[in-house]
Amino acid sequence: MAKTIIEKIWDQHIVYEEEGKPDLLYIDLHLIHEVTSPQAFEGLRLAGRKVRRPDLCFATMDHNVPTKNLPVIQDPIAKKQITTLEKNCEEFGIQLAHMEHPDQGIVHIIGPELGLTQPGKTIVCGDSHTSTHGAFGAIAFGIGTSEVEHVLSTQTLWQSKPKTMEIKISGQLGYGVTAKDVILAIIAKFGIDVGTGHIVEYTGEAIRNMTMEERMTICNMSIEAGAKAGLISPDETTINYLRGKRFAPEGAEFDKAAQRWLDLATDAGATYDTVLEIDANEIEPFVTWGTNPSMGTGISKHVPRAEDYASDSDKEALKKALAYMDLEEGAPMTSIAVQHVFIGSCTNARLSDLRSAAKLVEGRKVHPSVTAIVVPGSRTVKQQAEAEGLDRIFIEAGFEWRESGCSMCLAMNDDVVPAGERCASTSNRNFEGRQGAGSRTHLMSPAMAAAAAIEGKFVDVRTLQPAHA
Amino acid sequence: MKPINIVESIIVPLNRKNVDTDQIISKEFLKRIERTGFGKYLFYHWRHRPDGSRNEDFVLNQPQFENAKVLVAHENFGCGSSREHAPWAIMDYGFQVVIAPSFADIFHNNCFKNGILPIRLTVEEVEELLAKGEQSTYEVKVNLEEQTVAGQDGATYSFEIDPYYKQMLLNGWDEISLTFQYEGHIQNYEKQHA
Repeated sequence: MAKTIIEKIWDQHIVYEEEGKPDLLYIDLHLIHEVTSPQAFEGLRLAGRKVRRPDLCFATMDHNVPTKNLPVIQDPIAKKQITTLEKNCEEFGIQLAHMEHPDQGIVHIIGPELGLTQPGKTIVCGDSHTSTHGAFGAIAFGIGTSEVEHVLSTQTLWQSKPKTMEIKISGQLGYGVTAKDVILAIIAKFGIDVGTGHIVEYTGEAIRNMTMEERMTICNMSIEAGAKAGLISPDETTINYLRGKRFAPEGAEFDKAAQRWLDLATDAGATYDTVLEIDANEIEPFVTWGTNPSMGTGISKHVPRAEDYASDSDKEALKKALAYMDLEEGAPMTSIAVQHVFIGSCTNARLSDLRSAAKLVEGRKVHPSVTAIVVPGSRTVKQQAEAEGLDRIFIEAGFEWRESGCSMCLAMNDDVVPAGERCASTSNRNFEGRQGAGSRTHLMSPAMAAAAAIEGKFVDVRTLQPAHA
Repeated sequence: MKPINIVESIIVPLNRKNVDTDQIISKEFLKRIERTGFGKYLFYHWRHRPDGSRNEDFVLNQPQFENAKVLVAHENFGCGSSREHAPWAIMDYGFQVVIAPSFADIFHNNCFKNGILPIRLTVEEVEELLAKGEQSTYEVKVNLEEQTVAGQDGATYSFEIDPYYKQMLLNGWDEISLTFQYEGHIQNYEKQHA
């Protein structure tokens, strides 16, 4: 019978199944960071349990780490969390890319970078953006701390089989339209909870034409549509990305693995529980205006009006969101001014993201009313960007060039947007207070954020030519 | 984990859709390395004004809702991050039951690991409960065994729940101990996939 990649990977990982129970699934890779793991390790210690497969775990520090003046952490509670992870990894024998390690970075950036992320794996992490790794054709999902503890001690999880969903992006993307615009458009069109209970496979010509880094941006935000996970069937793009990566197989072993990976792709004729489709031609550069990722629209449009919505609860949600965001109904998106620009996060802090922002920034200056920072997704990305001189471009334009980490995406460290101020951000969530209490977040692509930094307001990136064409 | 079956309490009506985990527990409170003590930070930025003073308008701060154990909210409750600090905060504050038309997957899962009962009712039923709870205090008796929510006015709402998770909550089972009973299966799997 024809199967989707979702069913193939799921079925390959069932350790035990029984009617009336969730399936017991084996977990191939467990990524760990400092914020959601301390209570899990403490749980192990209290129960006298050990880590079953430390060789299948990999840890790093990203959420709390400072992005300047390393390695000093001013906040004593954050510091304790960092040292706790160091102690836990040492005690339980888990590989750790600590704050000053060359492999350090945002957990969802370094997994693929090191080749830990591979097609066909089940991958978990105590972080909802674990869906990123699905770009390789893996089932990758975020879990809570109790489940982190469960995986540490058993290398398995009880999981009810989710429904399958195809989101097909047909046609080709227009000039200046990026993967970020595609996923924001999908969430706006279908809703913040459309994926609840599903694993999504993204298909279509636009997806096939994307690089691995673009695919990661798409899969990263699957959770913002409520999906348990999002993935893309492996193809030659996937194989080429993985060849030569440190933790990928080598030589003949790689070729054998590559064949196995390609065979995982969804079979012709396989069916999904739900199928959605979006036309790439209808997508333009996208910006959010509200307080969740589905509240967004094209840059040529305006902030919605109450009459655009049918239900009272949607009208009420609009009113609350606009009050928080300090925006007027019907205001053109290009009229909105910003005080902060953040280029970073597990969604958009890979080398290609920094390149696309740098291309627009080169030869220009950050608007005098804007504070702009670039936070590379990992130490490796930072080093690669510096080797190409991207850091000089950003610094000469007036951006700050920082060390890697989650930074202003969730503002657990010192990178905070002050109350009442507005930030053009390449991250993934615009919830109230996400970037600091009272802060106002607008999500967009790196190119759009770079353009906003130059102009001091939102601008259609397609109207802005590189200064040095 | 503490078993849960019958919960009697007034309901707290939180008439909002898409309540995300950033609102339930804001990131500045995620730095602690314990599982306890998060209750005072629940909905912190809704319970407090920007200057740190109490926001008396927010439903949780109204005196009639003190000691309530049942929270009622609108669709897609708990969306966003996987932070288990969200159910920890809800539980530590004193809630044992959350009723909504739908929940985000990770939050929903996290509830069962902590002895919190998440109940899905229809949109109409939830709107009815919210209206009753907003009009005056409204008391309910939640019965997990019977899968019902019985209101003080005689209205009864029944709900579906996965039988596996129902047993887990009723018995207060530790899932890891349960899984250790499948050690043989795990070993076999590892041998076959070595």
